[in-house]
Amino acid sequence: MHRTFIAALAATVLPALVLAQAHAADAPAAAPKKAAVSRFAQDPYASTYRAIASPPVVIRGATVLTGTGTRLDGADVLMRDGRIVAVGANLDAPADALQVDGRGKWVTPGIIDVHSHLGVYASPGVRAHQDGNEATAATTPNVWAEHSVWPQDPGFATALAGGVTAMQILPGSANLIGGRGVTLKNVAATTYQAMKFPGAPWGLKMACGENPKRTYGERGGPSTRMANVAGYRAAFIDASEYLKKNKPKAAAAQKKRWWQSGSGSTDSANDSGGKRDLKMDTLAGAINGDILVHIHCYRADEMAVMMDLAKEFGFKISAFHHGVEAYKIADRLAQENICGALWADWWGFKMEAFDGIQENIALVDRPQNSCAIVHSDSEEGIQRLNQEAAKVIASAHRIGIDIPPERAVRWITANPAKSLGILDRTGTLEAGKMADVVLWNGNPFSVYAKAEQVYIDGARLYDRNDPSRQPKSDFMLGQGFEGGVR
Amino acid sequence: MNGRLRKTLLAVGLSLLAGNACAQNLLIRNATVHTAGAQGTLQNTDVLVQGGNIAAIGRGLSAKGADVIDAGGKPLTPAMFGGVTGIGLEEVSLEDSTTDQSLALGAQSKQMVVRPEFDATLAYNPASVVVPVTRVEGIGFALLTANSGNGGSIIGGQGAVVRLDGGIDPAGPRVLFVQLGSDGATLSGGSRAGQWMLLDQLVDEVRGRIPAGSPMAMLTPAGRQTLARYLDGGGRIAVSIHRAADIHQLLRWSQRQGVRVAILGGAEAWRVAPQLAAAKVPVFVDPLANLPGDFDQLGAGLDTAAKLRAAGVQVGFSPSDRAPHNARKIRQTAGNAVANGLPWEDGLAGLTRVPAEAFGVGDRIGTIAVGKRADLVLWTGDPLDVSTVATQVWFDGRAIPMRSRQTELRDRYLRAAGALPRAYPAAGE
Repeated sequence: MHRTFIAALAATVLPALVLAQAHAADAPAAAPKKAAVSRFAQDPYASTYRAIASPPVVIRGATVLTGTGTRLDGADVLMRDGRIVAVGANLDAPADALQVDGRGKWVTPGIIDVHSHLGVYASPGVRAHQDGNEATAATTPNVWAEHSVWPQDPGFATALAGGVTAMQILPGSANLIGGRGVTLKNVAATTYQAMKFPGAPWGLKMACGENPKRTYGERGGPSTRMANVAGYRAAFIDASEYLKKNKPKAAAAQKKRWWQSGSGSTDSANDSGGKRDLKMDTLAGAINGDILVHIHCYRADEMAVMMDLAKEFGFKISAFHHGVEAYKIADRLAQENICGALWADWWGFKMEAFDGIQENIALVDRPQNSCAIVHSDSEEGIQRLNQEAAKVIASAHRIGIDIPPERAVRWITANPAKSLGILDRTGTLEAGKMADVVLWNGNPFSVYAKAEQVYIDGARLYDRNDPSRQPKSDFMLGQGFEGGVR
Repeated sequence: MNGRLRKTLLAVGLSLLAGNACAQNLLIRNATVHTAGAQGTLQNTDVLVQGGNIAAIGRGLSAKGADVIDAGGKPLTPAMFGGVTGIGLEEVSLEDSTTDQSLALGAQSKQMVVRPEFDATLAYNPASVVVPVTRVEGIGFALLTANSGNGGSIIGGQGAVVRLDGGIDPAGPRVLFVQLGSDGATLSGGSRAGQWMLLDQLVDEVRGRIPAGSPMAMLTPAGRQTLARYLDGGGRIAVSIHRAADIHQLLRWSQRQGVRVAILGGAEAWRVAPQLAAAKVPVFVDPLANLPGDFDQLGAGLDTAAKLRAAGVQVGFSPSDRAPHNARKIRQTAGNAVANGLPWEDGLAGLTRVPAEAFGVGDRIGTIAVGKRADLVLWTGDPLDVSTVATQVWFDGRAIPMRSRQTELRDRYLRAAGALPRAYPAAGE
């Protein structure tokens, strides 16, 4: 609730804020201001991301899918100082604006992948690059995926060529509680901090079902699903107690008066619960709502167990990931405001994925207030989330459900942004939001569609027709192949 | 479609699929016929099927008593290739009790156990739920794989083309599978150089230069017999290999030993394209594999298929993971190859004619031509686009029910909830 309130506040305040900031591009992209950051969400590894400077850009006469459910034909998109200024017909653009001919082309918000392991399972997939699963203990909320991210993974650049402007890098699913995920802007950088999405909350990765019990079944457990659940509960029991001990004192009590002595409040960050515990910090942050919970979970019955677990300990589930059986509980997911981050057609590779159907995303999308997401979990899939969505549209059409492009685009833009807690800043083409924008050579829901230009905070960071606007990782230099990864 | 009609269709479909005896007569009128053969694409064309074979292709054909389908101008193609895959050999990938596509007799030993006579087709289960799931997407045939793995050898064994019509027997000759490069290095003493040494040693044994009883001998009598069939221009050997230098070595080796190879993977094959074209080696690529997955694939790119074809190489497709459940994704891979420079007709050929010819069934399937089996697919649109689905699939001119376990699951949860749980049949079923 806390976070929702902040997000709503930011959405109303942001446009005005942007107009006042003439040179937003020089400053870190604005994060919603919080009076006091909870200790569990303090960041010693802070973002150093800076938007890349760019003159204003206006794309003229394109078919625009705004990500809010609207399609505008023959519309212009104006970006300035890293922000969307306006979307509509015949916009006035500043004299120094770069003019882009969008006629016959389509524009969407930047594609967002809520489930990626780029950087933590980097290419080439050698042993040294296996940094995604801390498979030494079943409960590792203390690890942060960002500390494994290798910014030189060539997969970032290929994802950019597919229109991906932001993504969440998650720990793997070997563990019941795998650690913190991080949201990155898809910009080439030497450090991950320079990619870190300013102000985005962390994710907490949890996993149901087969993977934890396969990983630990012969290594002390869990070896069953019932032990999986016992493991989550034990961790959250600890975290609840920790949270109680570490509750910030009431605001009034914190206020020091001139006549009060400095003693009695020497604890930093209001910590009165003893030694800091990284595991408990993360779980307490999840209960608090500072960290968003993302759960790898395939089966409908297991998702229902996890929804009860969330109620038992008072946390909110942001999204179920993979959820090949989400279609069986689509109404409940919508009612509980939980997103389904799903594949278009993967199935059958293990028992809990045996009931996959190609209409899963369409059926999860069907109820009111739904939040269907196409995710990748793949360095290949992330390059063509638009095609994955197109397959869903085609499968839905076969059973008489017609899904227009302006609705489907939300599965790869606004809905993942919502599940990541960044919808107030990106994910749609609304005035005041980050100018994360893709220009497509045509309708993006086709195998022939290509991202021609990709803008991140208003800067053209990929141009299919301009090699000087195509990033290449250090790793690909000097490998003897012209062009490297293509 | 109501439940009763659907059940009837299912029953009819199953009985029709059981044998080849009652082949169908059929006239498909007014289709955009993509022949995948010499005739290219024919607009507003009819295809007449008699006795399960294509009897005529042209305009205004007479039905001659056959059932008539109006295609309404939609595309008609040959039933497509599902890649090199474990369809019918693997029901649930991670459940060992349901998988049969690799042999590991040497699992407890460090010694490589070479059994080229291992024939994965004997494990093929046409009743696998993966078969209908795949064929309703327009996939009509696939090459069953015999994979290399620990406890086996760089020679995985044999597979063959099967048609996904419910039959149990392969439709084509056996194909031998060999794994080379870094993926096979753990099976060859830790070095890819050991692979050529071992292959030469095996050939020596087949040719009698190493006597059967010698301590150097690695093969059973059946293994020697099997391997002999692939030497001197015999059966096709499908070689999984990526690195350009390794492909050079493969071309030398195959010319020296007189074997016919096809390349699976070939991420860097484009660097060897002229030599591959000259040696008439077909290459089955995964057009989506554009990242350096390992150090053998540093030259991977989206335009590999286009470059190979431009040099005159026969290009087919095969997704690199060989996952049977994703076999239907092959159409998307071909579409991406076309989006990255491969001519459209070559994209279709890579899904139909090229694999059929490379794996020994080109005389019967893979093109729409008079005399060929009527394994056909009618599509809603461009068959290479992800926005298209198959509307009807025929084997030997017989329409199959467009149903699978997945459509059953879908329909169970699509309908409104009733008084009883969904586990009960819907009213009217």
